[in-house]
Amino acid sequence: MAEQATTFTPTELMACVAARLLADKRSVLVGTGLPVIAAVLAQRTHAPHLLIIFEAGGIGPLVPVIPISVGQSPTFYHASAASSMHDVLSACQAGYVDYGFLGAAMIDTYGNINTTVIGDWARPTVRLPGSGGANDVGSLCPRTIIILRQDKRRFVEKVDFITTPGYLDGPGARERAGLPEDTGPYRVITQLGVYGFAEPTKRLKLVALHPGVTVDDVQANSSFEVLVAEDVATTEPPTAMERRLLREIDPAGIVIGK
Amino acid sequence: MSIEILQEGSGELIGWHDPDENRRWVLENKTRDLRDKRTTVKEAVATFVRDGDFIAFGGFGHVRVPMSAVYEIIRQRKRNLVMAGKTGVHDADLLIAAGCVNKIDVAYAFGHELRGLSPASRRAAESGQCQVIGEISNAGYQWRFLAAMMGVPFIPARTMLGSDTLKHSPCKVVTDPWSGKPVCLVPAAYPDVALFHVPRCDRYGNAQIDGILVEDFELCRASRRVIITAEEVVEHEVIWEEPCRTAIPFYVVDAVCEVPFGAHPTHMPYAYFFDEEHIAEWLDVSQTPEGAEAYFEKYVFGVPDFEAYLERVGGVRKLNYLKQVEQFKAPMKVPWSKGK
Repeated sequence: MAEQATTFTPTELMACVAARLLADKRSVLVGTGLPVIAAVLAQRTHAPHLLIIFEAGGIGPLVPVIPISVGQSPTFYHASAASSMHDVLSACQAGYVDYGFLGAAMIDTYGNINTTVIGDWARPTVRLPGSGGANDVGSLCPRTIIILRQDKRRFVEKVDFITTPGYLDGPGARERAGLPEDTGPYRVITQLGVYGFAEPTKRLKLVALHPGVTVDDVQANSSFEVLVAEDVATTEPPTAMERRLLREIDPAGIVIGK
Repeated sequence: MSIEILQEGSGELIGWHDPDENRRWVLENKTRDLRDKRTTVKEAVATFVRDGDFIAFGGFGHVRVPMSAVYEIIRQRKRNLVMAGKTGVHDADLLIAAGCVNKIDVAYAFGHELRGLSPASRRAAESGQCQVIGEISNAGYQWRFLAAMMGVPFIPARTMLGSDTLKHSPCKVVTDPWSGKPVCLVPAAYPDVALFHVPRCDRYGNAQIDGILVEDFELCRASRRVIITAEEVVEHEVIWEEPCRTAIPFYVVDAVCEVPFGAHPTHMPYAYFFDEEHIAEWLDVSQTPEGAEAYFEKYVFGVPDFEAYLERVGGVRKLNYLKQVEQFKAPMKVPWSKGK
């Protein structure tokens, strides 16, 4: 246990859990924030050959420090190519990108994401930024990983607006809509645990709890009844090395310090 | 046999032209010869940006944004602009707050990436002062420009299907006549005017970009009028040396302006970092309409031009610091960060 850090923050844990989901020799499309931190952490630990791609055109960089913008020079530092959005998102559509990484303001039981409006679209209570590249990632990637902090307002039965498609209204809905086969949300990571999607219903299902968290905590922070796997695992806390690497990637604590 | 339309988005179709109509416009209005297009930002904006235009900016988020032109549009009090929110961030926020843009088509707007949401433009969207005319994804917008650049009416895409983003977009869903699967058609978008900031350009408009192109390659070819601001206007012979690096060809360009540090406070890859202190100042003061107004008085109306603005934001000392941060020779400052 000497390898394990004695204390860690929920943000650090989420970053580590996300990183561990990424397999070596695969490709991942990331945005700024926790997704890029998780991808770089994976690359510096178990997945040295992970291909990191940014929507604005950075392909295969060795990201030195966390970028603030998805088009900033670290996104193509020591990269294979500094390309374009057309190139990258076409590659995504053509099947070259394995994982997509998204944040979310709200998510529902089918993994549909809202980052557009809270309330009515025409006269919103809160106007959020919109899709950006999120809809493209969620539409086109075989395995989309979503990271957000959960509470009752953010874990909802049905989102106000489907900015990015999850499993829409259930099994077969993505294919019927015309989205590429075998794509969709894969895991949802929150400060409380990790979720997958149940077969065949495609409903959100708790698969792992973070240390010290109970199923009751999960239900108390969700506005719908979360399905729970029979054998819920417990996530491994961050190791001292993982925590050190996180500080290297985000020395100013812009994301990790939150 | 006609293709069956399965779904039609309700978003306002902005910037679309019949391809033959646009070909005629190009034939009548665009030049084919190498001619000197150098001018000032003031003159370029006065000539090529008109009230009510559908307008787009090159770069992405806070990267390589033609900020000297953004400030000049505010200074000239342009009105009723419709903005392509193709990840419109600092540019969109300022132009909406200043009352220049009152309609926006949104792929991504109202946010400052990792820095948080935009107080000013969010306030405008929530009050109805700035109307959101439609939603789309980044790939969707990008491919609208690709269709326009190609001179075709639309591009088929497999994104957005099944989402409310598509429902509020100007796209349509049809059955692909080959696979039989539903496919999304994104209509061509021809901005009336697009503005770009690049590291170097010759007097004719041949522009080179260092680093990622984002969607500038497609956007410049899709737009009817194009203004280039460049860190440096170089001799045509410099372009001859590496013509493979030319991202924007002269025949789509209408005006060329030399503006060192013309992307400030946004970032110029390989040259200078974001001015996070300045962006933080804007995010702070724009929490109230009065604060935003005072900002424009101080940094736009209160200075005659971009050179005077650069002096006001810290002059040579600040600019040298931003160059050093980009080269990892000085630590970045992120005053808006709540991190440790």
